[in-house]
Amino acid sequence: MIRLEHITLSFGEKHVLEDFSLTLPETGVTVLSGPSGCGKTTLLRILAGLELPERGRVTGISPEQTAILFQEDRLLPGRTVLQQLTDVMDKSHHQEAARWLELAELTGEESILPHQLSGGMGRRLALVRALALGGELYLLDEPFTGIDLPRRHRLMAALKRLGKPVVLVSHEPEILDLADHVISFSGPPLTTVK
Amino acid sequence: MISTMSPKLRTAAAIVFWLAVWQVAAVQIDSVLFLPAPLTVAQRLGQLAQTAPFWHTALLSLCRVLLGMLWGTVLGSALAVLSCISRWLDAILSPAVRVIRATPVASFILLVFLWTDRDQVPVIIAALMVLPVVWGNVVRGIRECDPKLLELAKAYRFSRFKTARLIILPCVRPYFLSALTTSMGLAWKSGVAAEALVWPKLAIGTQIYNTKLYLETADLFAWTLVVIVLSLLLEKLFSSFTRHLERRTVL
Repeated sequence: MIRLEHITLSFGEKHVLEDFSLTLPETGVTVLSGPSGCGKTTLLRILAGLELPERGRVTGISPEQTAILFQEDRLLPGRTVLQQLTDVMDKSHHQEAARWLELAELTGEESILPHQLSGGMGRRLALVRALALGGELYLLDEPFTGIDLPRRHRLMAALKRLGKPVVLVSHEPEILDLADHVISFSGPPLTTVK
Repeated sequence: MISTMSPKLRTAAAIVFWLAVWQVAAVQIDSVLFLPAPLTVAQRLGQLAQTAPFWHTALLSLCRVLLGMLWGTVLGSALAVLSCISRWLDAILSPAVRVIRATPVASFILLVFLWTDRDQVPVIIAALMVLPVVWGNVVRGIRECDPKLLELAKAYRFSRFKTARLIILPCVRPYFLSALTTSMGLAWKSGVAAEALVWPKLAIGTQIYNTKLYLETADLFAWTLVVIVLSLLLEKLFSSFTRHLERRTVL
């Protein structure tokens, strides 16, 4: 069971999380929703070990077991579409890159460089790169930005088939409808609404 | 009219213009001692080029400058990495590199001459001139690396080697190449200056010093021309190499 226990975190004067606790569902896709700046991204970053809380702890998962998709694509300049994937994979898994490219609907674009990709293509690539990294928990921050509706549906279905818990931040109503679990927040400081 | 010319033709026209200025000045001064005419210099260069020692001298000076550049580049890069790894190392190294940058080259030449063999002085001096330039640019390149990509490397569990190869090196490369272009001229100037002050055997600088002793101004111009031509050739080779690199990894 993945739990955040009594987490407190501030950035200067801004209290983002104040004695915050949450148990994450162990399966399926969980969508975190709430107003901008309420601390959803910070929550993902804490789970990924990129922010250290002042108080409290995370149990049931270590940062090394997570795979995070950042709010920005953060593709590596000068690396092709295929290399973006193989760079995060073990050599023994390189043959799986084709499968991830197929999921991102980027088959045939293997040798393209990031600056030649459209916004949606870049986002899809960044998303499958996070999935290709592998882990026990996937943390996806606004994964569908710039991606059209039919593709969002296909990608959402693929996320559900991963067999590992997925926590994603999204504002889109149709994503909330497709999710297995929705956790709504208000804040900052972050508090669970339902 | 000149704007319709091709760049190569424009360069050739500019060279012809300056040669004409030189010729006019030489005719006006009318003294081979003070200003030999371009043709006199060309004839002298032709005579020198027919002797084996000329080529040995030019080749050895070129080797000294290249060796100095290589040492300066390797040391400058290594010290830059150390500066970026630890604040303490940076605090120790920064003032030292800045002192090297600010010290007059003549002081270094004479000091290094006290410590080592005259053949090695131009190499060490060229290295000392290149080192601060490479150090400064590489440090800037490393510090300009996108922190978001470095965070990605951490989150995606990249090894240090992978982070350096995929994120830091591409970021540093333009700074590094620019440092090499800048330092090439510096290495030539300081290397030849060192040769002129410590007179190693078979060195362009030694030949330049000898022209002063025997008041052979045409020889001075001829040897200076050799330095300019070698420097330009090296620059040309280097820029085609960097263009090739850029084509391979279009950013």
